[in-house]
Amino acid sequence: MSWRAKWAGKSEGRMELAADKSQDPALEQALENFRLSIHAWSDAAYNRPRTAAKTVRHWSWRLATSCALGCVLVAGSVAGGVYERHQRQEMARIAAQQAAQQKLAAEQRAREEEEDLLAKVDSDVSREVPSAMEPLAQLMAEDEAQ
Amino acid sequence: MAAGTALEPMTMATAKEIAAEEFSTIVTTHRPQIFRFLLASTGDVDLAETLTQDCFLKAHRNWASFRGDSSAMTWLMRIAINLQKDHWRNRRMRFWRQTQTNSVDLDEASDWLPSGERSAEQQLLAREQVERVWKSVKGLSERQRTVFLLRYVEERELSEIAETIGLSEGTVKAHLSRALGKVRAELGGKR
Repeated sequence: MSWRAKWAGKSEGRMELAADKSQDPALEQALENFRLSIHAWSDAAYNRPRTAAKTVRHWSWRLATSCALGCVLVAGSVAGGVYERHQRQEMARIAAQQAAQQKLAAEQRAREEEEDLLAKVDSDVSREVPSAMEPLAQLMAEDEAQ
Repeated sequence: MAAGTALEPMTMATAKEIAAEEFSTIVTTHRPQIFRFLLASTGDVDLAETLTQDCFLKAHRNWASFRGDSSAMTWLMRIAINLQKDHWRNRRMRFWRQTQTNSVDLDEASDWLPSGERSAEQQLLAREQVERVWKSVKGLSERQRTVFLLRYVEERELSEIAETIGLSEGTVKAHLSRALGKVRAELGGKR
């Protein structure tokens, strides 16, 4: 929109505005006073100095709380870590012990089985071997009898 | 291709910068007017400030979608009117609180008069007139009040008001006529 059109629009608007008031000077005056009053009020309110409320923060209290919480957190983490490590070591020790016991038991069992087998072989397969001196003893016994 | 990809972010950044500058200019130019309209509508300085902030926040969020079909002022005024409507609607919903449709303190509002070269008598008369207009404005419906304030405080043209509120010019004229009739009656009755 060119400045001419803008100006024409503005002046048309002013004419419309004047026509609204329908040539009542008292009304016109009252509306003008009302408008100026609002403008004055608005300007004063818009340009008034604004005070920013400073929020007081208790830094020492907050710092202490956060330190305490931090310490608790760190202590908890360390204790948890140590406990976990201890638990793992304990479990490993028990597992090693059980493995050793199982190994011993297996060895024992194998030894017993071997001995049993040998005994069985001895009893089943082998014959009783006569004593080495028996023939001589027999001969001596026969001589004595004669 | 490589040149295209290298140039694209720069163009975007420049466009953003330009948009930010434009918006900054809009804020500087129109903020006092929006604040004034909201102050006249609500009669509450703090509320007017809050709604003005909200208005420009909303405008900033939607700045990219503003296509310039209407003037920036009309667009901003539309946002302000909607925010104000939402505010009163939300207040009315809180029915356990005392409903306050218009918090204009007549004494405070009519205290503000331009300090022209006037006699004490003229000042007194002006104060009384302003007080009466405020009283009648307080009794207007929400729509009548908006039309009245846009016309006689913001000095907007009827076509602009119609565009801002989303009504036909004829309807705006009808609202304005009724509002003016009430103001005239208030002034005439106590003149």
